[in-house]
Amino acid sequence: MVNDGHANDYLRLIPLFPLLGALISGIWLMFARKEWPRSIVILVACSAPIASFVVAFSQFLELATAKFPDGRFFIDNVYTWIGSHSFQAEMSFLFDPLSAVMVMVVTGVGSLIHIYSIGYMDDDHRDDKGFQRFFVYLNLFTFSMLMLVLGDNLLVLFVGWEGVGLCSYLLIGFWYLEDHNAMCGQKAFVVNRIGDFAFLIGIFILFWAFYQAGHPTIDFLEMKAHIGELTELTVPVPPWFATIGLAVPTWKLLTVAGLCFFVGACGKSAQLPLYVWLPDAMAGPTPVSALIHAATMVTAGVYMVCRMSFLYDHAPGALSTIAWVGGLTAFFAATIAITQKDIKKVLAYSTVSQLGYMFLAAGMASYSAAIFHLATHAFFKALLFLAAGSVILGMHHEQDMDKMGGLRRKMPMTHIVFLIGVLAIIGAPPLSGFFSKDEILLGAFLNHDVPGAKFLWGLALFTAGLTSFYMLRLYFRIFTGPTRASADVFSHVKEQPAVVVGPLVVLALLSVFAGGVMGFPDAYGQWLMSMPDSNSLRHFLSETVSTSEHHISLGQELGLAGLAVFVALVAAGLAAVLYFYRTELVPGLTKKLRHVHTVLLNKYYVDEFYHAVIIKPLIRMSDALLFRVVDQRIIDGAGVNGIAKLVRGIADNGIKFAQTGLAQTYVFVMLIGGVAFLAYLVGGI
Amino acid sequence: MLSQPLEWLGIDLLSAIVFYPLAGLGVLLTLEMLSRLFGGRVSAGLWRVAGFIVSMIGLVLSVDLWQTFDPSKSGMQLVEHMPWLPDFGINYYVGVDGITLFLIVLTAFLLPVILLASWTDIASRVKQYVFFMLLLQCGMMGAFLSLNMFLFYVFWEVMLIPMYFLIGIWGGPRRIYATMKFFIYTMVGSLLMLVAILILAFLHYQEFGGVLNFDYIGWNGAKGILDTVLHTDGSIWWQNQRWLFLAFALAFAIKVPLFPFHTWLPDAHVEAPTAGSAILAGVLLKLGTYGFLRYALPLFPQATLEAAPWLIGLCLIGIVYGALVAMVQTDIKKLVAYSSVSHLGLVMLGIFVLTIQGLEGAVLQMVNHGISTGALFILVGMIYERRHTREISSFGGIAQVMPVFTVFFLITTFSSIGLPVLNGFVGEYLILLGTFTTNKPAAVIATSGVILSAVYMLWMVRRVFFGAVTSEANQKLQDLNTREKLVAVALVLPMFWIGVYPSSFLSPMHNSVSGLLLTMERKGVDIAAYTGVRIHTRVEAATEGEAPRSSGE
Repeated sequence: MVNDGHANDYLRLIPLFPLLGALISGIWLMFARKEWPRSIVILVACSAPIASFVVAFSQFLELATAKFPDGRFFIDNVYTWIGSHSFQAEMSFLFDPLSAVMVMVVTGVGSLIHIYSIGYMDDDHRDDKGFQRFFVYLNLFTFSMLMLVLGDNLLVLFVGWEGVGLCSYLLIGFWYLEDHNAMCGQKAFVVNRIGDFAFLIGIFILFWAFYQAGHPTIDFLEMKAHIGELTELTVPVPPWFATIGLAVPTWKLLTVAGLCFFVGACGKSAQLPLYVWLPDAMAGPTPVSALIHAATMVTAGVYMVCRMSFLYDHAPGALSTIAWVGGLTAFFAATIAITQKDIKKVLAYSTVSQLGYMFLAAGMASYSAAIFHLATHAFFKALLFLAAGSVILGMHHEQDMDKMGGLRRKMPMTHIVFLIGVLAIIGAPPLSGFFSKDEILLGAFLNHDVPGAKFLWGLALFTAGLTSFYMLRLYFRIFTGPTRASADVFSHVKEQPAVVVGPLVVLALLSVFAGGVMGFPDAYGQWLMSMPDSNSLRHFLSETVSTSEHHISLGQELGLAGLAVFVALVAAGLAAVLYFYRTELVPGLTKKLRHVHTVLLNKYYVDEFYHAVIIKPLIRMSDALLFRVVDQRIIDGAGVNGIAKLVRGIADNGIKFAQTGLAQTYVFVMLIGGVAFLAYLVGGI
Repeated sequence: MLSQPLEWLGIDLLSAIVFYPLAGLGVLLTLEMLSRLFGGRVSAGLWRVAGFIVSMIGLVLSVDLWQTFDPSKSGMQLVEHMPWLPDFGINYYVGVDGITLFLIVLTAFLLPVILLASWTDIASRVKQYVFFMLLLQCGMMGAFLSLNMFLFYVFWEVMLIPMYFLIGIWGGPRRIYATMKFFIYTMVGSLLMLVAILILAFLHYQEFGGVLNFDYIGWNGAKGILDTVLHTDGSIWWQNQRWLFLAFALAFAIKVPLFPFHTWLPDAHVEAPTAGSAILAGVLLKLGTYGFLRYALPLFPQATLEAAPWLIGLCLIGIVYGALVAMVQTDIKKLVAYSSVSHLGLVMLGIFVLTIQGLEGAVLQMVNHGISTGALFILVGMIYERRHTREISSFGGIAQVMPVFTVFFLITTFSSIGLPVLNGFVGEYLILLGTFTTNKPAAVIATSGVILSAVYMLWMVRRVFFGAVTSEANQKLQDLNTREKLVAVALVLPMFWIGVYPSSFLSPMHNSVSGLLLTMERKGVDIAAYTGVRIHTRVEAATEGEAPRSSGE
């Protein structure tokens, strides 16, 4: 039973505010056919996430200070959502350290981006503009995201999971008059659904296993309590496996379930091989890219893996897969980011790459490092996107960095905050990215469970260099040197108003300080301030996710950090040479490496591959074979109409003479037939 | 609301639900005759209003039924029994249980909505239209509520006639072909079923002392057909329950329609007027799945278990095949029709995995499909009325000219795709969950429908609603008027209701669904061995209420 100390009715308010905002505003918009005055739209839309943030923060303080004998969490059980016999899914919310951190990030960054959007969406010049519509979607998204992170069981999490997918779909295609945008939205939803398919299977497996074990549940805390009973279970391998000569493997049930959930995470968090939708998702308005496709929604997969860490701790195979997929994605996406020209595309691939880092951390079982990087990444990537949005606004909706340059003096504030974002992401000490990336690298370095952990550590280190290179390339290309924009455009570039720059400044401050405040490594804390538990986030989270103790000397810690900084510095220097000091070298270098460059520029042709191998054959087969041959020729043509023709043939050549055309005769014959049949039966002949 | 006047009139609730359309028609026709007598003429508009009022009475009656229904019982409730042709054991015998309840509510709900939706669509022969719709309603209600197998067959056939005319009179250019196909196709199945019904009655006659009785469940101490012992190895082939099952299954499979008996459906839908499509998808198809639940499963449990793997195979083919074929359609209505094949495959799957979750999901999904697909057909009808085409390629950018319509269409689309918090998800999820316990590969294949449904629906939505408005004719489209908005709201609200609070629908089903499985077990099939889940403990748990939830430790 829920202990009294854990019940907390305030939790439901957190998702309720944005839901109300979306409903009130949306229903009005639908039936009144007229937008509210902008001030009211802004008031309703922005107060919702801020109110949620206030409630969440107050509950966070209570959570952090309260004393619990049996685990630090609040629960708010609203009602039984789906109940069918042994299967019960409550509509209930769980507020433990993990969800608390997530809720704070979502509502905090969410509120800032709501405010920023006021400025960004103000001068929407398109035909399909919709100021109020935009904020309805944004509120709906915030609601879904909060359902996702607050859900107390897999199904409520799935509500949020699908809800954010829906909002992502709506917002990517926000400017729907351009078919390309709508196509990108559709792609995002469908690719996510592939992940959802696996996610659902994962839920089925877990529920079934827990049912067999006598604890039918999908509730996180209950599953965590009983997971130990499932560790020995294996998946029955279908018999045909042996018959076709394959070696019969033994699959641990929890590994299979864990892999299913991870495929879901790959869809949502854009990992190999399902990452293809995220770069296209940049078709949406830039605040959306910042909020949904960088700071919050795409990190849902990381959150989910950490939430299910009790399962992954018993599924080492799944964990290794996560680590490898994460590490490879980080590297793979970073290579693509080097060549992209659209500034949002660079940031998108960078997001994929950073998400890879988070999965690498989760796969190495350093969940708190994954969440730490998730939080700092939310700050600096939101900052980078919003600053990029500011640039795009300034450049009159130009996103091609070939047509930029020299914006440093024109947009001084944007320039500074963008630079801070760049420094944070490349891990310049003591900005936030330095600490979080360091913790990930440390976790990878010390891991002994994942096969090839050292290689992954090296790969991650190398990727840190790539990150440094492409981010500085981006920075130099936008802000320094002579401009490549037309004189007309360039002369009109100016700094954005306070409503745009304000949130940027807040995010910049967070990008600088949040890392050190949240996750100052214990080793340094001991050294500098004699605080052995200065990594507060890690200690806070350790009550929810299992954390392996790193016992590491100060020297080792400093050495590893120094190595990472060195790699980043070298790459940064290279970028500075190529894109700042000796820009004339670039064309020659590109030409020399043109094969590599073409492949990277075209993103390894993965989209083309999927199109040619999956999409096109599927449509061709459905149309030419299933519909035209099986349905129309075989079933309908030969089957149904064939029988009809046959019957008609017989009738034409004989039976038609029985047709007298007199209704009485028919009725009479029918009656006789029926009675005779019944008589035959009753007579029992 | 109407229970007191009914009591005063001495009419039982279920009879009122079955015959209110006929009574209404009688009153309306008499009034018309009277007005003619005095030289008046009843206009089409008046007929529409009158039909709508009658249909609303039905809705009120069904809500009364919902309130009267006692969820704690598992058997038939509100039973009425009256001799009709007593010498042949043919009685007027109706009753309701948790499986029928929501199909009745669904049917009663859809009729007024459909009448309102087709207000201007059906411009000619309005009187006949109202007549046929009400007659159809009587047939459907009767078929759902019948507990006498002969009576069931009568109502089953009664439904065919109005549908035949609905397509044949108000349909599209190929309506005659479509309506003949529909009629003959269904007829083939139902004639076989008639033969099987007669055989059942005879076997019952043999076993229970020479009294001919078509009652499905025994009345007043007598034994019903359900009590007849059917062998799997009868000495005479037609006494074998396998053959009887096949006859019933064919009739129902055609109605559902199960792959490969589905080809009448797209033709019928494409040619039918909006009202016809909506009622066809909304209710008529459910009679097939309902037939399996009510008759095929409990009467022939052994045969059901034997046939289940094959039927599950057909369901899976239907789910994937229907979705793939839907994807490549160029006509929106045809696309929705093929999506029905896919969705009903899922419902059938939920039935044949024989778990409580699967069955409850299936019953709920019948209701969901009725609402969502009915809504899709109605919405497609709205745009057809404006543009007189349903070709996907002739649209594009509709979101800009008809924003309100777009919102409703999107909500319905996502309900059909099975997005959580909308109705489709709950049914789909329970079916798949129930399937997973019985047949894991089947569950995995069926879950892939989650991806495919998103593909075909969203691709269509993109081509119809998004992009630039290219066609001149689309430029001037009017958004929904008040009547149409009312229809759309009426359809969307239950989607949210079922999605957010499905307990109002699931709780009344619990006992009837476990009762169904228990009946099958009593007849000697080992469901536990089939599903891998012991049923007795489950039923006990169901009556005990939800298990205490413990959090923490």
